[in-house]
Amino acid sequence: MTRETRKHVTMFFSYAVLILVGVIMVYPLLWMIGASFKTNNEIFSGIGFIPKSPTFSGYQNAMKSYGGDIDLIKAMINTYTIVLPKVLFTIVSATVTAYGFARFEFKGKNMLFALLMSTLFLPQVVLNVPQYILFNKFGWINHPWYLALIIPTLFATETRFVFMLNQFLRGIPRELEEAAKIDGCNAIQTLWYVIVPMLKPSITSVALFQFMWSSNDFMGPLLYVSAPSRYPASIFVKMSMDADSGFEWNRVLAMSLISIIPSLVVFFLAQDSFVEGISAGGVKG
Amino acid sequence: MSNNKGFKKWMSENLGMMFILPWLIGFLIFKVYPFGSSLIYSFTDYHLFDGIREWGLMNYVEIFTKSRIIKAFKVTFTYAFMTVPLKLAFALFIAYILNFKIKGVNLFRVAYYIPSILGGSIAIAVLWKAIFKSDGIVNMILAIFGIKGLDWLSEPGYALFIICLLRVWQFGSAMVIFLAALKNVSQDLYEAASIDGATKWRQFFSITVPIITPVIFYNLVTQLCEAFQEFNGPYIITAGGPRNATTLISLLIYNNAFKSYEMGLASAQAWCLFILVCTLTVIAFISQKKWVYYSDEDGR
Repeated sequence: MTRETRKHVTMFFSYAVLILVGVIMVYPLLWMIGASFKTNNEIFSGIGFIPKSPTFSGYQNAMKSYGGDIDLIKAMINTYTIVLPKVLFTIVSATVTAYGFARFEFKGKNMLFALLMSTLFLPQVVLNVPQYILFNKFGWINHPWYLALIIPTLFATETRFVFMLNQFLRGIPRELEEAAKIDGCNAIQTLWYVIVPMLKPSITSVALFQFMWSSNDFMGPLLYVSAPSRYPASIFVKMSMDADSGFEWNRVLAMSLISIIPSLVVFFLAQDSFVEGISAGGVKG
Repeated sequence: MSNNKGFKKWMSENLGMMFILPWLIGFLIFKVYPFGSSLIYSFTDYHLFDGIREWGLMNYVEIFTKSRIIKAFKVTFTYAFMTVPLKLAFALFIAYILNFKIKGVNLFRVAYYIPSILGGSIAIAVLWKAIFKSDGIVNMILAIFGIKGLDWLSEPGYALFIICLLRVWQFGSAMVIFLAALKNVSQDLYEAASIDGATKWRQFFSITVPIITPVIFYNLVTQLCEAFQEFNGPYIITAGGPRNATTLISLLIYNNAFKSYEMGLASAQAWCLFILVCTLTVIAFISQKKWVYYSDEDGR
């Protein structure tokens, strides 16, 4: 084989593998979309994803309540009642903390930063039980404003975001800040007028990842939300899956899809930010 | 006057401290205190509603003698050592191919990345259940080839593997990290090798892998930590069954703590898991001297 033909063969196999794997990655999602428009009899009768007799009954039923003071729309409102403050508080607290670590010298800084890094490896499982007991004492469990889920984000507890912003800050030259200082800006003004505009792309990445993770979060609400009327979508869909699977699959699949529409929209609007965030900051999605 | 000056001096020395103060407070309340108290709880017979009834090593004795708990640790090990290598191998292999001059690289990257970003959501767990049901898609595809499929999720021998596949399917985020690393590998090396007649396959093992070992190491450590804490998959898809075949340790901890309210026992189990993960991380860090290649050390 000459070098040229070998190159062609390599390319042929590369595309073949990529397309095959791509199908395996995407087909289940396409199937899910198709199946949510099928009748319950059709869903498990063939592997095609295009419905033979499309129906909206799955979606109509998805909007119906199971009884009690909760339905899908209300559950989704609950989800974003948790997610939006979490995102806002996380970007503020993580930016302030990263700024403190990246731009100032003070006693014990290195030790504190090492402690911050070590919490990256601290499994949440170890903290769950005592945190539950603590939040129980604070009266945060099942709170209408989801305090147990939201308050910790005010204190930059999700350290990987601090780490990520710190990495970005280290790559930004200090000249502008020094100029601002000479012009009489204090540290807070410098942060707001100089650092934040430059950090905007990374802050966006942090906001996007926090949005996705909090929307998907299952264990947090499972532990700290017990009243059905306050369930976020993740718990609500799980409950309906337990109640319905076996007979009303189009309803369950339609509900699942509706619950991830906001995440999908955000992902497609901002896919580049995700890829940049994940590769630059070493964050995992 | 001098007081004011002293204050200013103090401020300028500790200004950074002011900025990290919120984190420090949160760190003490939400990390250090729970971490310490969980160690203390692990030596007590602590029922959520009755409080601490007794002190001692009973939880640890229970962990090392009860077959259910020992099994959960074994299952967790099996799960992690199945999931992590498969996921990383896939991620690296696909990233390597994507790094050839492929047309439509962005399209492929998005297609591979979507499962990762949505993977934690309940919707995907629902989908997984539908795919591996006894009359689900997988069995319909097998039927085309005349193979009679099983009810995968109720077979103790397969259920764990199905959950492992769910996580392997989400190799996208590890892949994106690998891809970024591969972009930094100089093309000259590949060209030189290909003039010498090295195949892509050979180049992969002789050039690519050695150069990106730091990134492999990073992915390995983070994925291991994550795999040992897997909870959503078994909780949502199999509820730990069939016959406890997918009861990972984190699920057992959840059941002990929040179903039977045995806070002491759950804390002790969590600490055993923590020590296990720590040990593995330390082993990884020690072993990196043998296989991780940092270019700046060699003055490249």
